[in-house]
Amino acid sequence: MKRLLIAALLAGTVFSGTAPASAADVSQYIPLPTYRVGAYASSGELWWAGERDYFRYINEVEGGVEGVKLDYEEFETEWSPDRTVEVYERVKAGKNGSPLAFFFTHGTPATYALLEKAAADRIPLIDPAGGKTETVDGTVFPYAFPLLFSYYSQASTGINYIASKVGGHDKLKGLKIATVYHDSAYGRASQPAVEVLAGKYGFENIQIPVADPGNEQSPQWRQIREQKPDWIFLRTWGVSTVVALKTAQRFGFPADRIIGDVWAGSESDTIPAGAAAVGYSALAPYPGGTGFEIHKRLKAEILDKGKSDLRDPKLFGAVNYNIGLVNAALAVEALRTGYKHFGARPLNGEEGRWAFEHLTIDDKRLEEIGFKGLLQPIRITPHDHEGGGAARIQSWDGEKWVLQTDWIKADHELLNPLIKAGAEAYAKEHGITPRTPETETN
Amino acid sequence: MSEIDVRAAAEPLDSIGLKAVAGAAAAALVLAAPFLASEYWINAIIVPFLILSLAGLGLNLLTGYAGQISLGAGAFMMVGAYATFSLQLRVPDLPLPLALVVAGIVAGAVGLAFGIPSTRIKGFYLIVSTLAAQFFFEWLFLKFPWFYNGNSSATISLSRGLSFFGLDLNHPHGRYYLTLGIVTLLTLLSFNLVRSQTGRNWMAIRDMDTAAAVIGVPIVRAKLQAFAVSSFILGIAGALWAFAYLGSASVQSFGLTRSYQILFIIIIGGLGTIRGAYLGAAFVSLLPLALDWLFQYVFSGRVDAGLLQNIQKAIFGILIVWFLIKEPEGLSRLLGLRRANGGRRSLFPSSLKEN
Amino acid sequence: MSMFVETLIGGLLAGTMYSLVAIGFVLIYKASGVFNYAQGSLLLFAALTFVTLTDQGVPAFGAVALTIALLVATAIAIEKLLLRPLTNRSPMTLFMATLGLSYVVEGAAQGIMGSQVRALNLGIDDLPIFLGDIMISQFDLIAAGVALALVVVLSLLFNRTRIGIQLRGVADDTRAALSLGIDINRIWQIVWTVAGLVGLVAGLLWGARQGVQFSLSLVVLKALPVLIIGGFTSIAGAIVGGLIVGAGESLAETYVGPFLGGGITSWFAYALALVFLFIRPAGLFGERQIERV
Repeated sequence: MKRLLIAALLAGTVFSGTAPASAADVSQYIPLPTYRVGAYASSGELWWAGERDYFRYINEVEGGVEGVKLDYEEFETEWSPDRTVEVYERVKAGKNGSPLAFFFTHGTPATYALLEKAAADRIPLIDPAGGKTETVDGTVFPYAFPLLFSYYSQASTGINYIASKVGGHDKLKGLKIATVYHDSAYGRASQPAVEVLAGKYGFENIQIPVADPGNEQSPQWRQIREQKPDWIFLRTWGVSTVVALKTAQRFGFPADRIIGDVWAGSESDTIPAGAAAVGYSALAPYPGGTGFEIHKRLKAEILDKGKSDLRDPKLFGAVNYNIGLVNAALAVEALRTGYKHFGARPLNGEEGRWAFEHLTIDDKRLEEIGFKGLLQPIRITPHDHEGGGAARIQSWDGEKWVLQTDWIKADHELLNPLIKAGAEAYAKEHGITPRTPETETN
Repeated sequence: MSEIDVRAAAEPLDSIGLKAVAGAAAAALVLAAPFLASEYWINAIIVPFLILSLAGLGLNLLTGYAGQISLGAGAFMMVGAYATFSLQLRVPDLPLPLALVVAGIVAGAVGLAFGIPSTRIKGFYLIVSTLAAQFFFEWLFLKFPWFYNGNSSATISLSRGLSFFGLDLNHPHGRYYLTLGIVTLLTLLSFNLVRSQTGRNWMAIRDMDTAAAVIGVPIVRAKLQAFAVSSFILGIAGALWAFAYLGSASVQSFGLTRSYQILFIIIIGGLGTIRGAYLGAAFVSLLPLALDWLFQYVFSGRVDAGLLQNIQKAIFGILIVWFLIKEPEGLSRLLGLRRANGGRRSLFPSSLKEN
Repeated sequence: MSMFVETLIGGLLAGTMYSLVAIGFVLIYKASGVFNYAQGSLLLFAALTFVTLTDQGVPAFGAVALTIALLVATAIAIEKLLLRPLTNRSPMTLFMATLGLSYVVEGAAQGIMGSQVRALNLGIDDLPIFLGDIMISQFDLIAAGVALALVVVLSLLFNRTRIGIQLRGVADDTRAALSLGIDINRIWQIVWTVAGLVGLVAGLLWGARQGVQFSLSLVVLKALPVLIIGGFTSIAGAIVGGLIVGAGESLAETYVGPFLGGGITSWFAYALALVFLFIRPAGLFGERQIERV
């Protein structure tokens, strides 16, 4: 109650009472497009469990965000961008008096499909560690947030890690680094960045596509055996990761020379690969494990009270579950930022954008919410919709993921011109005048 | 003289008057729909329903009328969408309606090419040809950046949006009327086509191709015509799906599941009827929403969400099987819309005749 | 040269995995004239049941027995609820019914047993064996051996047992078989059970390789070109068709793929099947009564 009063007071001072007094009774509506059915259900199931558990924890233990309860609702999409568009149309007007502050797309293709619609409707699209990389530039893409770790950053951090393993960036010269990728827009998204990095450090850039769904990859790995790369950057998704690891073993390529990207680095990828995955490492903006403070809180308040959405408690702390937790926490902290500014009442899309563009989660705040080590410090601005750009590296020991490093930053100085150029080209093609956030009033 | 005329002449006059009034009322309702329904209904239900109906109509000409099975409806929609994108990008002077027609012709030509195997083989074997189209175009339009203008997300969207000879259509009402106009036009076209000699040739081939050949139906030409016309309509439906409904599209918008969806539409709605496509499209558009609503209302929070979603999938499958068993001619017959004297026909005659 | 030979052998061995899936189709097509699209879902269902049981601590032998019992029950249910009401309908209707069936099986299997990826360890290491320069996968060799054994068992079943002979009778001439008093419904139940068992074997081998999960059901799409090439009605054809598709895909991806930007396996098998269709519409081993224009 006290918090509510403070929030109301804050709202009063900032906005001199524009928020109606009863608005705080209305919950903030959060639609969740999900895929519990279909080819990608194995990652989805845990992801939504993480998101739901955290939202439930916020609602039931912390009494909501600044007193505003979260009203979340699922919609099945089978990871189909078309069905996500349909969900978006269904929910964009909000529900039960709550407008829509943001829309989780839960998948890169869905983000691509909604990019222009959402910009026209002024609803922020949230797609952490995914999305279209150019949308990091918030001056051209005010309503797209590829939070945490863009695809270019993923490439750069991967190369930085390889450099640290071989003894410095100067040792990269002359190495052969092959990218094995799922042949889709997602799989190709890192190519421009790897090309620039190869130019800068002088390693040989080999790109090898795997056709969807990727359950037979002998020709690809035979090609790898012929070309003898020193390292492999694995950018697959779903079953193609498992098959890649197994086929690598068969062709005698050591697993400890394979670095997986974010979406190739969960238990769903390594457990079925069995012994072939031991020693395999992956980029982890979302580390796995239960050793973080938030897991203690959730265990006590949600799991042990039988309120968890997890079907199998053994999977508590799995990478995909933690993805859900982190994404939910990002949403909650952004809403909190917004409520402090606009008052504790459901936000609309434009207010949601403001909230995300002013989201800062520093080390102190990470400690408070129990995400220290699980989430990197975040600072989002209208110019930078990524706000992080680092990952830890974790390795699979046959039983669980073991964290190897602290946060490794991507080379943003190198990547930013690439992002800027892409955003400018988009702005030109679509007749968008980039905004100047410095002159905006709130 | 077609059967319709015969029937109309035999009916009492006042009944005709009543029908005209009902028809006019229905037309007025359709035209006024955007002002009666919410934006959500227009954007998320009515527009995709109309486009799916059009796609179903296109496939029905091929599968329901000419008896050629196809699992590649998505591929021809894809061709239409990408052709429209290319034309709008590279021939900016071509107005949208003409671009749609040209894109339809491109899709029709592609359909014709993939229909060539039908002149030698039929039945299941034809599935391979249409599936080859499905997988080949998914690969082609993703592989070569020229098709999506090198955009890093490999998606296509019209940078200038939709317009009709200077009239801006980039709002729900505009998209609705554009879709409605095209769908109406092509439906009328199909209506006349299936009642023409071409349509009768198709049905003759479907019902018994040997006999059709004997009485002088040009089998090869008629089959290829069916592929071309069907793909023309599917191509335009694909362009509408991409730009009037989704706004932007990628190959995933026209994957194998889309092809199955279109096939389900005509099975459920009724093979070999024009209205079947509409009924089927209404069914597949509304059923998931109805199930969603029902499940949230009945079980909300009490049953595991993963289980619920899977149950919905299973129910959809059960309904398809149920339709095939109980009403092989689809909703069209179930709702009594078929002429009473039409009798039960065997579509896809098999070696074992129905008795 | 050794690269070529290795690619060829690797492709042929991978092809036996396709053959395994295709055999299930052939059995059902021969006996009931149904092109069973749900074979992939049944494969997933069988493998998922087995893994779920072993995860619960049921010993492997018991899990196999229970899975088989469940497959028998499923076959009976399919026969009673789907095949019998659709007797004498066109093959196209039956095909579309199996499409619907695949939704039901997938929904039920994943709804009840969950959609997590499960590891399946058959105790076969997937390590390379070298013959000079040429590398061969041990796992593929064993899988090929299993496929061969399965073919031998099935041909014994068809040629040496009473049920097998009845089965062939139904396949050759349904009406004649009926008039001889063969219980066709029971034959269907048996055939669907056997196809389910073949699916179980294929599902376990594929599952050991990529984990037991939804995408197992997608192998059905690889089986269709195999059937076109080999013929719908011949088990030998399914084997040879699988080998051709496996070798063709592997060689094409290695030698043609680089010129087209790679990733061509998704459609190559279908293009190959189309070529075969023009040359030999009945498939290599198919019966000549194929419907041709």
